Amino acid sequence: MRHTLAVLVENKYGVLARVSGLFSRRGFNIDSLAVGITEDPTTSRMTIIVSGDDHVLEQVMKQLNKLIDVIRVIDLSSEEFVERELALIKVNADASNRAEIIQIVDIFRARIIDVASKSVTIEVTGDVEKIKAIQTLLKPFGIKEMARTGIVALNRGSKSP
Amino acid sequence: MTGKAERMTGARAFVECLYRENVEIIFGYPGGVLLPIYDELYDAHLHHLLVRHEQAAVHAAEGYARATGKVGVCLATSGPGATNLVTGIANAYMDSIPMVAFTGQVPSSMLGNDAFQEADITGITMPITKHNYLVQDVKDLPRIIKEAFHIASTGRPGPVLVDIPKDITTDELDFVYPDTVELRGYKPTFKGNAQQVKRAASVIKGAKRPVIYAGGGVIGSEASKELLAFAEKLKAPVTTTLTGIGGFPNDNELYLGMPGMHGTKYANYAIQESDVLIAVGVRFDDRVTGKTTSFAPNAKVIHIDIDPAEISKIIKVDVPIVGDAKQILGALLEHVSECDTKDWLNKIATWKRDFPLFYVNRNDVIKPQYILEQISEVCPDAIIVTEVGQHQMWAAQYFNYKEPRTFISSGGLGTMGYGFPAAIGAKLGRPDKIVVDVSGDGSFQMNSQEMATIVQNNIPIIIAIFNNGYLGMVRQWQALFFEHRYSHTTIENSVDFVKLAEAYGAMGIRVTKPSEVKAAIEKAVEANGPVLIDFVIEREENVSPMVPAGAAINEILDLEDIQ
Repeated sequence: MRHTLAVLVENKYGVLARVSGLFSRRGFNIDSLAVGITEDPTTSRMTIIVSGDDHVLEQVMKQLNKLIDVIRVIDLSSEEFVERELALIKVNADASNRAEIIQIVDIFRARIIDVASKSVTIEVTGDVEKIKAIQTLLKPFGIKEMARTGIVALNRGSKSP
Repeated sequence: MTGKAERMTGARAFVECLYRENVEIIFGYPGGVLLPIYDELYDAHLHHLLVRHEQAAVHAAEGYARATGKVGVCLATSGPGATNLVTGIANAYMDSIPMVAFTGQVPSSMLGNDAFQEADITGITMPITKHNYLVQDVKDLPRIIKEAFHIASTGRPGPVLVDIPKDITTDELDFVYPDTVELRGYKPTFKGNAQQVKRAASVIKGAKRPVIYAGGGVIGSEASKELLAFAEKLKAPVTTTLTGIGGFPNDNELYLGMPGMHGTKYANYAIQESDVLIAVGVRFDDRVTGKTTSFAPNAKVIHIDIDPAEISKIIKVDVPIVGDAKQILGALLEHVSECDTKDWLNKIATWKRDFPLFYVNRNDVIKPQYILEQISEVCPDAIIVTEVGQHQMWAAQYFNYKEPRTFISSGGLGTMGYGFPAAIGAKLGRPDKIVVDVSGDGSFQMNSQEMATIVQNNIPIIIAIFNNGYLGMVRQWQALFFEHRYSHTTIENSVDFVKLAEAYGAMGIRVTKPSEVKAAIEKAVEANGPVLIDFVIEREENVSPMVPAGAAINEILDLEDIQ
């Protein structure tokens, strides 16, 4: 099963290595990882997407909690939550097909953030499916390069767990 | 924070911090980047024991911690000094022993440049420490050391490493030692949940065939008094794991001995037939459980442990209670009463009679079990420290332990070469005790250089080598499962241990006849100094009984059955 974990950690050197080490030691592949500071500059938030056996995941969460620099571990998948990812996609484009690409960009409520004579760079935000969909539609034009931020997520509603 | 800040170097502050933590002894080995710290240690009011190899420093610190319950402290230089600590740190991590390991590091400005004697020791030890630090600013040093001791000794104890770059030791700070630690991510549960305690008590209430399975957590939390009171109140039998030995008096009639691979048959039978298994400070190690799917098949399992990650890790637990074993056993005592175990104890008594631990003694060749019985007789209150292998299992089986912290052995990691340096730490922690390193001829050679340390410092330790000329435990498996093909396990005549002892200036005694065993031990005790006894034992004696790897623990066989 796919799990979205929010891991609140001390904003210190070495924390990412400690956390990722726990996953790699158990042969767990991290599907997506995003890290950034929170409203409190001493705290960072990691959003980690993993797929795996529930029993193993429970162990990983307990082991994460044992790390001194980990403040909290939340399995967002146990409740309603929203997730978003940002992708930058550089696509082959010239005068002949630029209009068609702009149409696709509009449909996805994405943005063009750079234009060159032979390419455009698109910024798109959404969940995994949306990014996958625009990627599929842009593929025929030739995707030259793509960069993704990894997913970030928060639970729905006004409470912060 | 209290006290007036005094201006001093990091090296001076390091020593001040050790004073504040009431450290009485550190085990170490100097090196280039540690020169400023060693200069401070020159006239410091604490004992520094110079070993001959950093691995001995870390094992000695662990032996000290196990014998005393205090935090063990070791110190090694950067690069090879630091990497030589790795095995001992992993050992302390596996057995949850409180320890702070300090390492020197190349100057901050050279970090990551492959400088001379540089090793990324915080990176290397990340998976085998409870936590580790690289000090980046001298102002952080007191806080970090305070936190290190706190983390090492609270919750589930374990090793913490502090890596100190050389410039940190010469930089200056206004020294103030913090009174408290503030760690948002570290709040170990101490007190067991009252509801869970009541639930456990109600499960125990109906038990007809209860078994208490106690481990290193009982030693770590000083819970042996509570364990005894608890077992006697319930009238429930007790088995102690390798690291739990000494947590329950062996001469108590409720005692079952050790469970698992080389445990007693009756401990294993009792676990398998139990209806309630009360696990205290244990982690269901594979050497105990054998085949996990058939472990204690009919039992409701109550698991008391300080570490929530141990709950249902290996075996599904019915009633978990997270917290300190001493506190929880104390709380449980108020909620339980005697179980109706008369039939159960009778059955166990029958098992004890029909399937005792046994060996066939001889008068022409020394049996290892006989040596342990003689040690038990000559010095019944000794601390027994072991290496790893056959002798370790015999030491677990045939010595009569009465108190906690009298059996010190490498459990989880199984580190050969551990015992001798750990014995040094144990003796310095408990100078009032006779300390015996029960060793094999293989294990002893892994750290025999420490003979120099005990002779130089006149540390009275009895090294009892169970010399069979083999790497005995591996040979036993080769005999049983690999058609006696003794591939690279023969080490006979590799060294004359008596001459080795004498070369270092220690007393050496060779014993080849059973009739000489007792006198040799008495002579060693009397000598009250560094003594090595080379017991030439039955070469192919096996550790028995034995659960073959992967079998259920009631499929436990005497070695005659296997052969």
